[in-house]
Amino acid sequence: MKTRILGFVALGAVAVMLAVALFVVPADLNQGDAQRIMYPHVASAWLGYLSFGVTAVSGILWLWRRDLRFDAVAVAGAEIGVIFTAFAIWGGMMWGRPIWGVFWQWEDPRLTTTALLLALYVGYLLFRRLTDDPERRATRAAIVGIVAAVDIPIVHFSVEWWRGLHQTATIGSPDRVLNPAAPMVFVGTLLGMLGAFTLAWAYLMIRRYQLARAELAHEEAVRRQRIQAARAPQPGPTSTEVAR
Amino acid sequence: MTDAGFVIAAYAVIVGGLGLYTVTLWRRLRAVQRRDDEGR
Repeated sequence: MKTRILGFVALGAVAVMLAVALFVVPADLNQGDAQRIMYPHVASAWLGYLSFGVTAVSGILWLWRRDLRFDAVAVAGAEIGVIFTAFAIWGGMMWGRPIWGVFWQWEDPRLTTTALLLALYVGYLLFRRLTDDPERRATRAAIVGIVAAVDIPIVHFSVEWWRGLHQTATIGSPDRVLNPAAPMVFVGTLLGMLGAFTLAWAYLMIRRYQLARAELAHEEAVRRQRIQAARAPQPGPTSTEVAR
Repeated sequence: MTDAGFVIAAYAVIVGGLGLYTVTLWRRLRAVQRRDDEGR
């Protein structure tokens, strides 16, 4: 019930912020209306980081505590992180074409490392399908999830470490938290969109976690049935089969 | 609106994708629950 309320609150918040971002906030003087794409693009990118961070931390907790609930959180983070990272890439491409003149540039470190991040966690989800044993799957996935998370800070700081097409952080870098490189009306809308998307993210994480737990319970039930069937006495040969 | 096609394409895919994923998640959850109910 609480999750359902969270879902409605998230839906309302996203609807309000979409209206604000598209119709209330003025267009940027230099970028025009294409700048409106930044609100869902940046929010999606941050939530991608958060999701993969959750996957990595849950992987560590699984290895430490051996509780499959952490593996359920990990898979929820990975799947939802893939969705939000794909949104971030799509939004970036739609913004890049009118502003940069190109949809994509492989030479740009931020773009390339983000594509790598997406590929790593798509690989994580595929890797999980290699075994049906829940504990072995959780252990292998935890290692992949932790190793893949190394790319998160590389993506974030790539704009500071290397020169490329992508601009540096507007508010994310330490020296710009209190002095953002954008007017406050844009920063406020961005934070509002981030808040609304975070509510949607929380709702989706809970639902995906519930799905992972239900799938795990179902796998366990099927395994028990198979063991019971294997232990059950097999019917002996019929009298005609013995005669032959 | 300038660059309307890009703005609409960006928002349509992101918002539509969020909606589609949410509905897919509900359906997957319901399917597992139904499978469990049938198994009992």
